[in-house]
Amino acid sequence: MITAPPIVEKPKNYLNVQSTLKSWLLTYDHKRIGILYLIAVTFFFAVGGFFAAMIRLELATPAGDLVESNVYNKLFTMHGIVMVFLFLIPSIPAVLGNFLLPLMIGAKDVAFPRLNLLSWYVYMTGGLFITYVLLTGGVDTGWTFYTPFSTSYSNGYVIAAGLGIFIAGFSSILTGLNFIVTIHRMRAPGLTWFRLPLFVWAHYATSMIQVLGTPVIAVTLFLLVLERGFHIGFFDPAYGGDPVLFQHLFWFYSHPAVYIMILPSMGVVTEIVSTFSSKKPYGYTFIAFSSIAIAVFGFLVWGHHLFVASQSVYAGMVFSILSYIVAIPSAIKVFNWTATMYKGSVRVTTPMLYAFGFIGLFTVGGLTGLFLSSMGMDVHLTDTYFVVAHFHYVMVGGAIMGFLGGIHYWWPKMTGKMYPDGWSKISAIIVFLGFNLTFFPQFLLGYMGMPRRYHVYPAEFQVLNVLSSAGASILALGYLIPFIYLFWSLKYGEDAGPNPWGSPGLEWQTSSPPPPDNFEVTPVVTEEAYTYKKQEVVQVG
Amino acid sequence: MVPKRVYFLVFFTLIVMTWVTAYISTVDLGKWNIFVALAIAIFKASIVVLFFMHVRYSSRMTKMIVCCGIFWLLLLLFITMTDIWTRSWMGVPGR
Amino acid sequence: MASHSLALQHHFEDAEQQKDASTIGMWVFLLTEIMFFGGLFLAYFVYRQEYPAAFASASNKTNLLIGAFNTTVLICSSLTMALAVRCAALGKKNLLVLFLILTLLLGGAFLGVKAYEYHDKYVHHEIPGAHFDCEGCIDAGHTPLFFALYFGMTGLHASHMLIGFVLLVILIVRAQKGAFGPEYHTPVELFGLYWHFVDIVWIFLFPLLYLIDRSGVPK
Repeated sequence: MITAPPIVEKPKNYLNVQSTLKSWLLTYDHKRIGILYLIAVTFFFAVGGFFAAMIRLELATPAGDLVESNVYNKLFTMHGIVMVFLFLIPSIPAVLGNFLLPLMIGAKDVAFPRLNLLSWYVYMTGGLFITYVLLTGGVDTGWTFYTPFSTSYSNGYVIAAGLGIFIAGFSSILTGLNFIVTIHRMRAPGLTWFRLPLFVWAHYATSMIQVLGTPVIAVTLFLLVLERGFHIGFFDPAYGGDPVLFQHLFWFYSHPAVYIMILPSMGVVTEIVSTFSSKKPYGYTFIAFSSIAIAVFGFLVWGHHLFVASQSVYAGMVFSILSYIVAIPSAIKVFNWTATMYKGSVRVTTPMLYAFGFIGLFTVGGLTGLFLSSMGMDVHLTDTYFVVAHFHYVMVGGAIMGFLGGIHYWWPKMTGKMYPDGWSKISAIIVFLGFNLTFFPQFLLGYMGMPRRYHVYPAEFQVLNVLSSAGASILALGYLIPFIYLFWSLKYGEDAGPNPWGSPGLEWQTSSPPPPDNFEVTPVVTEEAYTYKKQEVVQVG
Repeated sequence: MVPKRVYFLVFFTLIVMTWVTAYISTVDLGKWNIFVALAIAIFKASIVVLFFMHVRYSSRMTKMIVCCGIFWLLLLLFITMTDIWTRSWMGVPGR
Repeated sequence: MASHSLALQHHFEDAEQQKDASTIGMWVFLLTEIMFFGGLFLAYFVYRQEYPAAFASASNKTNLLIGAFNTTVLICSSLTMALAVRCAALGKKNLLVLFLILTLLLGGAFLGVKAYEYHDKYVHHEIPGAHFDCEGCIDAGHTPLFFALYFGMTGLHASHMLIGFVLLVILIVRAQKGAFGPEYHTPVELFGLYWHFVDIVWIFLFPLLYLIDRSGVPK
């Protein structure tokens, strides 16, 4: 007997429950706020990328023929400010952290949903200030705003830029505050600390840094603005001020800030490596504690940015040793990811490709950081392209690969759609190749002495610079392709189902996209984390 | 519920210590003046934190947060000051 | 007896979780404030170390009695705030409103005295800038740093008090309407934490800014 198929109404999820613009702009739902952040950071990534393109175009030839030096100064400054404060710092926590944290701990939302929405508006306000700076002529001090150039001599919009970053910093503080309280008090029944996914541990450590470090740069920028406005002399030697004090205050935050950028990425990689090895992360406790160790030790090393700034040599020695020590927890993680894959059932999916890329490139970036931590070597390498290559390896090869991997891994959860597998794998490989072609030559250039922040260079450096610029265009292509197919997938992608990757995480136990309150029934956790079901063993013969 | 007399005792102590610290600053203790002033300030801040802010009666979590705050502030102050204090050790010309 | 609104937000399981989360949230916020003021304290310690004579001499330009009096006023406001929280917990609405109003008045008195001091500095050309002149100061060239820190630190402190006033007015209005009682008085408690923190900052600012080397013994 043929019965008519039942008419199934599309289930309500967080995307279709309301679709007015107002419902998005006044949402308290952490998932929607994550999407709002995704749109915003993608926009600013494109802006920062535009400046990168201009830089690499100029550097394709030794002469300063594309732009003048003061314009070039503005290009690398804006590239740095936009990429660091408007993209890297918020990216994973504000997008993936916001979306996933409550899901991963079985909660309905973060602890303070209204504060969460406020953090997005505060971020947008900071972004607005910086966009204003961009449109009215830019700032040329470098993203580091060193004094007394920034306070007394620069002709750019230093005050507006400083205020923009000050405001954006509060967004970061609010996110961190929210996550700390959420993780402490909103966990589902049975979810003890050591049953938490390592992504959550990574975000807890990140939130510690956001909460403890960001206020210091806030007050530093406040002093900078006061000095520039009223010529007080905090940082101007002419009035008895100390420019190195600015650097201490600036780097007290900005060094831990790099751990804000990398720790969430490490959390993403742990999740991806575990799922696609079908294995519990090796050394769960080590990974968890190493995240906290990175957060704490990360606050003790900022003086390695001041080795040649006339900081006391004795202080320098202590910072140098501590900088070596801070590499250890990161190395522990690399070991643990590798050990997780060993004898695991490895599936090479797109997120896994990004994770592989992360592990290799972050290792190179991290090791080259050790070169720079040695005071003697730093005297030669500082302010050269070696430093530029080092931090791009960790921030782009590390943090951004992690971000892309995370987007690709959780895209089915966030949108309910799958993206085309072939294109996604190809673009991951293009990103990897383009990245290495762009930045590896820069290690060589730096070692040979090419200084950073110069738009002209001696002719003998041209070949490596051209390779780097060529790599940049390939990298740009690698970033553009996902943008296209991810959009495409929203309309034409296959429906994903709740758990396309077969992961045991709590976020995969609800529908894709999740319902507005995340779970139909509050989950009760009875198993340890990463409990993969054993595959049935098929006896042959 | 903290008894009223605890609040009044703390209040009274704060007032007394305020005038004590003001008076001691007029006495020449050489380089110890600042240490005494800071010690009194730390004592006053502690009783505000413990009793007015109820930290003495609060959870471990709260106590942890307070300790973290003090620790991180000291990190910022102390480590930076080691640069200032040791700059002259190398006998660099001009310093 | 007016009804007390609890306003349990839907993402919390129960009132206790909500209160607990809010309290931790406020403490984490105060943590950020410690680090925020910390940067200014660092600048203070660095420059006091570098220019001790200038700092001592400039500090003597502040009025010790006024500073001590103002500190006393602020401590009184901390007492009234602590008592206000206690009244909220005991459901004593009228006393709660009274103590909140007293806190506001005492805080207002503090700021009034500060305004007087600022004006006094203006009149004596002690504001860093074009007309600065530290009369009779030792190492006068470096005294602007002290005064810049004086205005920066007390100014930041005062702006925190102003924000406190706005919140206090909101609390007074809500308390008068009977919003707080033994089952729910979290906003009063949390504001109390903020207010005590602002008091603690001043407890440090007073000796550091007003009490440098007042013995008059030449060094």
